[in-house]
Amino acid sequence: MNIHIDAAELNAAREQANSMPLDKIDVSDPSLYANDTLWPYFERLRREDPVHFAENERFGKFWSVTKFRDIMSVDTNHQVFSSEAGGISIAERPAEFTLPMFIAMDPPKHTPQRLTASPIVAPANLARLEGLIRTRVAEIFDKLPVGETFNWVDRVSIELTTQMLATLFDFPFEERRKLTYWSDIATTFPEPGAMVETFEDKKAILLDCLQNFTKLWNERVNAPPAPDLISMLAHSPATRNMPPFEYLGNLMLLIVGGNDTTRNSLSGGVLFMNQNRGEWQKLRDNPALTPSAVSEIIRYQTPLAHMRRTALADATVDGKQIKKGDKVVMWYISGNRDDEEIERPNEFIVDRKNPRHHIAFGFGIHRCVGNRLAELQLKIVWEEILKRRMDIEVVGKVERVLSNFVHGYTSLPVRVTPNAY
Amino acid sequence: MSKVTYIQYDGVERVVDVPNGVSVMRGAVDNGVSGIDGDCGGECACATCHVYVDDAWLAKTGARTEMEQSMLEFADATKENSRLGCQIKMTEDLSGLVVRLPAGQH
Repeated sequence: MNIHIDAAELNAAREQANSMPLDKIDVSDPSLYANDTLWPYFERLRREDPVHFAENERFGKFWSVTKFRDIMSVDTNHQVFSSEAGGISIAERPAEFTLPMFIAMDPPKHTPQRLTASPIVAPANLARLEGLIRTRVAEIFDKLPVGETFNWVDRVSIELTTQMLATLFDFPFEERRKLTYWSDIATTFPEPGAMVETFEDKKAILLDCLQNFTKLWNERVNAPPAPDLISMLAHSPATRNMPPFEYLGNLMLLIVGGNDTTRNSLSGGVLFMNQNRGEWQKLRDNPALTPSAVSEIIRYQTPLAHMRRTALADATVDGKQIKKGDKVVMWYISGNRDDEEIERPNEFIVDRKNPRHHIAFGFGIHRCVGNRLAELQLKIVWEEILKRRMDIEVVGKVERVLSNFVHGYTSLPVRVTPNAY
Repeated sequence: MSKVTYIQYDGVERVVDVPNGVSVMRGAVDNGVSGIDGDCGGECACATCHVYVDDAWLAKTGARTEMEQSMLEFADATKENSRLGCQIKMTEDLSGLVVRLPAGQH
């Protein structure tokens, strides 16, 4: 084991989190996520101020809901806490270019649109996809360079989730990395130094994405219904008359939802097994623990750190008065470390008693529609790793995404050894 | 204690004694009945304890709540007799209840 863990950095963060005035704590700072120092700040909030008010220049005024039960109470009260009024992310949507998508809709409009997309990830379709996913995982693994250092994020996590997306959309397979690119652009907050620097540039790229997908729509709408997402959208009464930007919005939702999330749990699992060799040994000794380990990886990673709601009426959350119009941020990443709900939450335990009881998929009517597909992909990856008796050693500095929304990795340098045990 | 018969998707029947006041979901999870997950812990918030109530028991198990209705709308293969197991609490009256499980839980 040779992982770079900057203990000094985390200790300094803990000292600061515990000594700074409570009202100055701001868990929205993206650098906390990039350098993995968010944990002590959330620990203090859960302990001293679980529903916490903060204000900053970038995100304005917002409430942070940090405990599991409180998050559950907001997430399941969609009548008061709207996804439509202000969107689902702490960052405000630009007034001139807001894409409608069903995750950011309330009932009644939300219902039929979500129902159009959900059959693609229903049990019957997942059963159909399982063999294909396994074949593709095997192909990726068989081509890994043995004995060389490579970036697991790009070579395995991105490649696999992108292949999956191309399959679900029946998108031209050889052009699949466009999907990764559009997904990254969609979640980028334009600023100097970022992947896109202005809203105009971002808009232009997404319009190019729309153009690509409009071509596919026109092909599919004139063909008999097929079991791919574009055909489903083009033929369903709930979505076939969507205006172009709503089509683009729902596409971005499905691309980001199927890409940024599983991608980072695929990387996170490798890191956690390196940091917790005893748990890795447990899984190797007993591969039947794989489904449980998969749920634990998803909890421990929490690939989407938050979801945001907007209060449509005055409400009380854990004693705090939320006013109509207030921005309320549910920090799933914190709820999943709440020791009042999850035993020894800071430990990674592959045979945890109740591993499915985590909040990474959210709860209520907006609960992740693709959660079973995500679990299936992760399960197959770990089964194939175990089948090959492959050891994956993290051998260099882990680099993380600069974002308080997508919680993940840009770089995970590894070396693999097949038949290692 | 009241008896509940869970008929798994593969046809296997499991008869379980569930204490009165405890939900059909909890009865399954605590006794390792496969096909019911109960991810949210009984908050009517995940629809992973979807069951089909045997017609003979439908009237006795009562009506769906509003939130349950919302969650069931998004479950796979919802039917007239679909309920969330976490929302049916066992009573003497329900002893002998029969529920069938769907192909998968969302």
